[in-house]
Amino acid sequence: MTMQTTLAIEASGLGKSFGETRAVAGVDLAVPAGTVYGVLGPNGAGKTTTIRMLATLIPPDQGSARVLGHDIVSDADAVRGLVSLTGQLASVDEELTGRENLVLIGRLLGYSRAAARARADELLEAFDIAEAAGRLVKHFSGGMRRRLDIAASIVVTPQLVFLDEPTTGLDPRSRNQVWEIVRALVAEGTTILLCTQYLEEADQLADGIAIIDRGRVIAEGTPGDLKASVGTGSLHVRLRDPGQRGAAAELLERMVGQVALAPEPSALSATGADAGQAAVAVAELTRAGIPLAHFTLTQPSLDEVFLSLTGHPTEETAAADDTLREQLS
Amino acid sequence: MTTTTREPTGADTAAVRRAISASPRPPRPGPLSAALTFGWRGMLKVKHVPEQLLDVTVTPVMFLLMFTYLFGGAIAGSTSAYLDYTLPGLLVMSVLFTTVYSGISLNTDLTKGVVDRFRSLPIWRPAPLVGALLGDSVRYVVAGTVIVVVGVALGFRPEGGVLGAVAALALVVVFSFGLSWVFSVLGLLMRSPNAVMNAGFMAIFPLTFLSNVFVDPATLPGPLQAFVDVNPISVLATASRSLMAGSPDGTAIVVSLAVAAGLAAVFVPVTTRLYRSR
Repeated sequence: MTMQTTLAIEASGLGKSFGETRAVAGVDLAVPAGTVYGVLGPNGAGKTTTIRMLATLIPPDQGSARVLGHDIVSDADAVRGLVSLTGQLASVDEELTGRENLVLIGRLLGYSRAAARARADELLEAFDIAEAAGRLVKHFSGGMRRRLDIAASIVVTPQLVFLDEPTTGLDPRSRNQVWEIVRALVAEGTTILLCTQYLEEADQLADGIAIIDRGRVIAEGTPGDLKASVGTGSLHVRLRDPGQRGAAAELLERMVGQVALAPEPSALSATGADAGQAAVAVAELTRAGIPLAHFTLTQPSLDEVFLSLTGHPTEETAAADDTLREQLS
Repeated sequence: MTTTTREPTGADTAAVRRAISASPRPPRPGPLSAALTFGWRGMLKVKHVPEQLLDVTVTPVMFLLMFTYLFGGAIAGSTSAYLDYTLPGLLVMSVLFTTVYSGISLNTDLTKGVVDRFRSLPIWRPAPLVGALLGDSVRYVVAGTVIVVVGVALGFRPEGGVLGAVAALALVVVFSFGLSWVFSVLGLLMRSPNAVMNAGFMAIFPLTFLSNVFVDPATLPGPLQAFVDVNPISVLATASRSLMAGSPDGTAIVVSLAVAAGLAAVFVPVTTRLYRSR
């Protein structure tokens, strides 16, 4: 079967250095039009730099990319006419009111004064910020600011929206609201490139995911594929006797998979466990004379996906583990 | 107890979908229109925080009062005679000092996420910069007007009348528009607004004092006098004085405009390039 899929983004070998730091070291991406594509990775993995290159804010120093058929370097202006950017720091003017922000963008996109005002009011209503429209954005809540930010991105319907960590720092309800808006955008045919640190967010929204680490794509697939690749979850156990942690780790390593020691001296977890394996492993621990205080089986987290794909945890977890090892030794 | 809590819906998905589909793309705005929109943005900021006009109004008045009443008698024999000499120069100083703030506000702007949005819009690239400086020109007019009005209240009566004063103000504002590109470059190069302020005033302070704004250069030692004579700020002050006096000095006016044009010709491309690569 050969089906012609239109690609909204095609990047090959995209790279960017800042001084000595290789922020992006050759990223390949193929994002089908009309989908949500998640770019997942820890802080400093190169997500934001990749988005900034694709949105024509900074030129790549290696490789090339086409966005909606236009080269991001030689045809940057055409790209800008078709995409919108919602940056990591909310891309709205804090010193203006919510309404003024939208009117400003409307005017810059070519609306007459009256049309820009009408469009601003329509968006404020739809995004439930009409009541706060006359307030300065610096007094907005995080959720309202994000909604305004996304509203500013669709003053003119873009074919593609770059969303850089749209829910970082939001409470769960605001996060759900942003997710609803993203789904509405996709339903209207907009392609979305979503950068996130949250596996759950990518899982909820994305049709395809690329995992980025140290400036490279290290895995690609559907959320299901990626989760399957790390097993169905991980088994967390807490022992009655912290002194037995070494023996427990050895057993779990053999029966389940890679073991990580928790900061708490009696706790540890093993990645790659399905329910059956976990049940057997728990029984085996008890039989080996290692009594448990508690155990749980959880879905894989980004940390676990990382550990499984790269053999090293995300930077933050690695730092925590190092401290732990020092304490243990 | 009955509590009715209205659950904020966040965003109404159906309304969001309608809003998304209901936006035909208007034709792109021209360069001037985009720049004027950014100028409007600058005005809105002043509207929301009018206190930020304090620095352009209070400082010049302070200088005017201080120089006239503290030094006036000693320098020119009487405060009123000194006011006639120094007011056109103080107009120059107060407006030029304001140009430093253009660099400071540009630097502050760059740390904000909104710049990324501006740079991802399909607009004339230098529009945000040109627009900001157009907006700042309004501040220059405010600063200049305050000086002239306070001067008149203290007894300053220019021979050139209202027309002369307006012409002098217009010339100083045009010169400042050219000079402000220099501070925009500083604003793009420096790491913090404070650094821009320090570097900016470090340059503009001595240049203003080593001019004929406050004293007649004839009283200065030779080498200093030579410097003061070629200092563009002296030329601008001379032009401002001549316009206010109702006997325009053509050479000084032309040289002032040429210096402004020269500064813009050099620093506009530098600013644009730096802004693009930040």
